[in-house]
Amino acid sequence: MEASINMVLLTLMAIVVIGIVRQRNMFGVVVLAGIYSFLMASVLIVLDAVDVAMTEASVGAGVSTVFLLAALHHTKSLEQRPKTPPLLPLLVVLGVGAVLVWGTIGLSPFGTPDAIIHKHVAPKYLADSIKETMVPNVVTSVLADYRGYDTLGETTVIFTAGIGVMLLLRGASRRRTKKTERGDGKARGEQAA
Amino acid sequence: MKTDLVLRVGVKLILPFMLLFALYVQFHGELGPGGGFQAGVIAAGMIILYALVFGLTAAKRVAPQAIVERMIPLGVLIYAGTGLAGLLTGANFLDYSRLAHDPPHGHEYGIFAVELGVLITVSSTMVAIFYAFVERRR
Repeated sequence: MEASINMVLLTLMAIVVIGIVRQRNMFGVVVLAGIYSFLMASVLIVLDAVDVAMTEASVGAGVSTVFLLAALHHTKSLEQRPKTPPLLPLLVVLGVGAVLVWGTIGLSPFGTPDAIIHKHVAPKYLADSIKETMVPNVVTSVLADYRGYDTLGETTVIFTAGIGVMLLLRGASRRRTKKTERGDGKARGEQAA
Repeated sequence: MKTDLVLRVGVKLILPFMLLFALYVQFHGELGPGGGFQAGVIAAGMIILYALVFGLTAAKRVAPQAIVERMIPLGVLIYAGTGLAGLLTGANFLDYSRLAHDPPHGHEYGIFAVELGVLITVSSTMVAIFYAFVERRR
């Protein structure tokens, strides 16, 4: 049952991807990407990864769709046709895909409890989480406690990304107003310096 | 869009439940799925949805830009500060064992503080990026 649901969802995702590739209108691409994220979230729910599904639905389908639409407002919404057929990118994509499929052959079958990844620290976390942290949700205790350094790094990444985007968007418009105030030549000289 | 009655009423009905769900995901994260990141994005989504339907000025009355932009570093500081608190109590950085009378409670409080920091940084970053996009002239 689970496998068949996943097959349907993954097939739909593949169809959406083909639609994205063929679509020249960026508005359509953004909407299709949102649909793709919702399908991905459904797949993750079937895989019992509700945390990740929540993130995918809210970030991938919700907030990032709004951001991309806002970005579209500042640029052209029709993609130009490439002058030559993009053969090199196609070859790279096919190559990377083949390597990834080849890599999955070495993995243990999906969902086996005795895979290597489940034998390292996972049993300790599962056994000791409530006793050591009083937090029954092991995902939370791993994220915020056992792997606290990683999450501090992630939070800092979000902080840095936010500051960076704000600097890019706001800094540019401020520079433009300065340019009109002082005359073109001087501002261009400043930019070159 | 501002004249669309169905949209305005519908969004007004949804908004409190979105906020409630964000708070549930945040404070129930110890027991159920979710945590600071998910709750932060849902809370930011609420503000963004409000801004999309009711306009930027109305949204800035709810979440003033100055406060939002100060919340971005505040969350990281709360997180790192919790780590430093562990250091000050004589344990390692980000070791919450001595934050309370016994280690399990210390870890519980530490996780709570850290998740709060994540919530503050994530939600404010999303809203601040949205404000920056909307304010930029074409």
